[in-house]
Amino acid sequence: MSKKVAFLQGNEAAAHGALYAGCNFFGGYPITPSTEVAEVMSIELPKIGGKFIQMEDEIGAMAAILGASLAGSKVLTSTSGPGLSLKQELIGYGCIAEIPCVVYNVMRGGPSTGMPTGPSQSDVMCAKWGTHGDHPAICLTPASVQETYEEVIRAFNLSEKYRTPVMVMPDEIVAHMRERIVFPEQGEIEVVPRKSPTVPPEQYKPYDTSFGDVPPLAAFGSGYKFHVTGLNKMQDGFPTTKAEIVQAEEERQVRKVDANIDDIVTFEEYLLDDVEVLVVAYGSTSRSARYAVNIAREQGIKAGMFRIKTFWPFPDKQIKALAGRVKGIVIPEMNLGMCSLELERCAQGKAPVLGIFRVDGEPINPDQILDKIKEVK
Amino acid sequence: MAFEYEKYLRPGKLPHIWCPGCGHGIVMKGLIRAMDTLKLKKEETALVSGIGCASRLPGYIDCCTLHTAHGRAAAFATGVKLAKPEMNVILVGGDGDGTAIGGNHFIHACRRNINMTYIIMNNYIYGMTGGQFSPCTPTGHKASTTPYGNPDPGFDIAKLAIGAGATFVARGTAFHANQIDKLIVEAIQHKGFSVVEILDDCPTTYGRRNKYKSVIEMMNRLKEVAVPVKAAEKMTAEQLQGKVLTGVLYKDETKPEYTAEYAKVIERATAAK
Repeated sequence: MSKKVAFLQGNEAAAHGALYAGCNFFGGYPITPSTEVAEVMSIELPKIGGKFIQMEDEIGAMAAILGASLAGSKVLTSTSGPGLSLKQELIGYGCIAEIPCVVYNVMRGGPSTGMPTGPSQSDVMCAKWGTHGDHPAICLTPASVQETYEEVIRAFNLSEKYRTPVMVMPDEIVAHMRERIVFPEQGEIEVVPRKSPTVPPEQYKPYDTSFGDVPPLAAFGSGYKFHVTGLNKMQDGFPTTKAEIVQAEEERQVRKVDANIDDIVTFEEYLLDDVEVLVVAYGSTSRSARYAVNIAREQGIKAGMFRIKTFWPFPDKQIKALAGRVKGIVIPEMNLGMCSLELERCAQGKAPVLGIFRVDGEPINPDQILDKIKEVK
Repeated sequence: MAFEYEKYLRPGKLPHIWCPGCGHGIVMKGLIRAMDTLKLKKEETALVSGIGCASRLPGYIDCCTLHTAHGRAAAFATGVKLAKPEMNVILVGGDGDGTAIGGNHFIHACRRNINMTYIIMNNYIYGMTGGQFSPCTPTGHKASTTPYGNPDPGFDIAKLAIGAGATFVARGTAFHANQIDKLIVEAIQHKGFSVVEILDDCPTTYGRRNKYKSVIEMMNRLKEVAVPVKAAEKMTAEQLQGKVLTGVLYKDETKPEYTAEYAKVIERATAAK
């Protein structure tokens, strides 16, 4: 039997990926250029008995999905820059209370209202540092429509597996371009269920680390009673200011991701065996980068690309290793140098980092990248 | 026989954080009596709050409790209720939490008429942060941030709720303790968004700045200003000057309830499939 094929926009693919992953609750607020996700979910969710709600604002949308997740739903919200700024308050709540959820954020120009219909990659730091306090961060940056579909599924899996908010951040080009997409069969891509409690209700603690760094999460209304708060908490979910408990819990929350980097971080290596000039790229910019690398190869330059698929946690180990064996690193990105700083941090001076930064709402074209590749001596 | 509050309280979580003389404990006891009257199952009841003194209440009660972020209780609760409409969802919080930072979520929960009950403890002040003026602080009164008297006019929470579309609105006071559970029972039984405002007191941060000599004086004020709606019908406008109506102020059983309406959306979508 041949697989189902469609011609879809990145945002539409994201919605269908969420449904494949078992999403049954969407809370959102209209915002360009991500609204199509909400529109598709408003059509599809009620068909399967799921719930769609358009909330009064971005914060309310984030609150609604966290509430629904605690009631046992698999939840999604979609937004863009200004909405992401507003959602940060409760993304932090999701981190400290350890509530699985997926935040799909289409990167448009900023700051503030910026360029609502223009592409950008300037939210990648906001994904890690946007909400206050130390917290884990997982952020995926897909580069195609097919990958957006698959990465949204992976985002749901990671959020359930690590009991934490996960962000998927396509740039506006990926979100709005249309491409052929091949839908996986049911069961073809793994869908990770939430780790439910195995103990009876009277023994249940929502942050019981005897089950590991990711404690099982019961659902409200499933027979389990427990307390959830945004305050620093103990294993039973109640607030504490006891120094040693707060320290241990904070460290555990971050460790959930930090100790599992190899499970989370994904990337694509393109022509890296003999690479001398390394191009690092993510999102739609990687498509121009691939083109530029191909032309460079035709012209006898040993160029290659490391494509970041998981932006957070950052692929430190891979970049460190590559930096030791290349003449230079070229980073094209639609911001004024965000990934660039991470690369410099990882390269530790072993290779120069040359940036191509555009914030004018125009994509970075292959010629610009090729010119920069040629600057590497 | 004395009522056994302990059966709804979480063991080991008392004493509560509230100051001596604060009315929040009176409201909590009223809520517990109401839960008992209605025989609400603890594991099927979610108690959701925001931030502030009043929002600490859920931590003491033995059910599914969600202490959210400042002002966000109604939005979190909406997610819980829509995901699991069979759950009893009760919100608690203060006037600052509910009508300032949470004002938008509050009015939209009213507008949707989603079947939840919101108990607002109105003590006219931000107590937890030390007594800054709230949207309910009367004009001219003193707060730590209105040292020369409050220039702002205050909200009437009940009118706000009615205007925004809530279909059950009641008001009680911390003085009239025996009425609190009756109002909450009726609110929970109502199918739609119900709001119960309880006029409360904060001797620590509000009373002492506004020349109340004692908690008793604050409680007596609540006693004096409260006029039951029935009694008010026989009073002149002059007699009602400076008074506050108590009891069930508004009830509309005709407006569709949100989760029931969403069930119809699911029916229509499934039929179209």
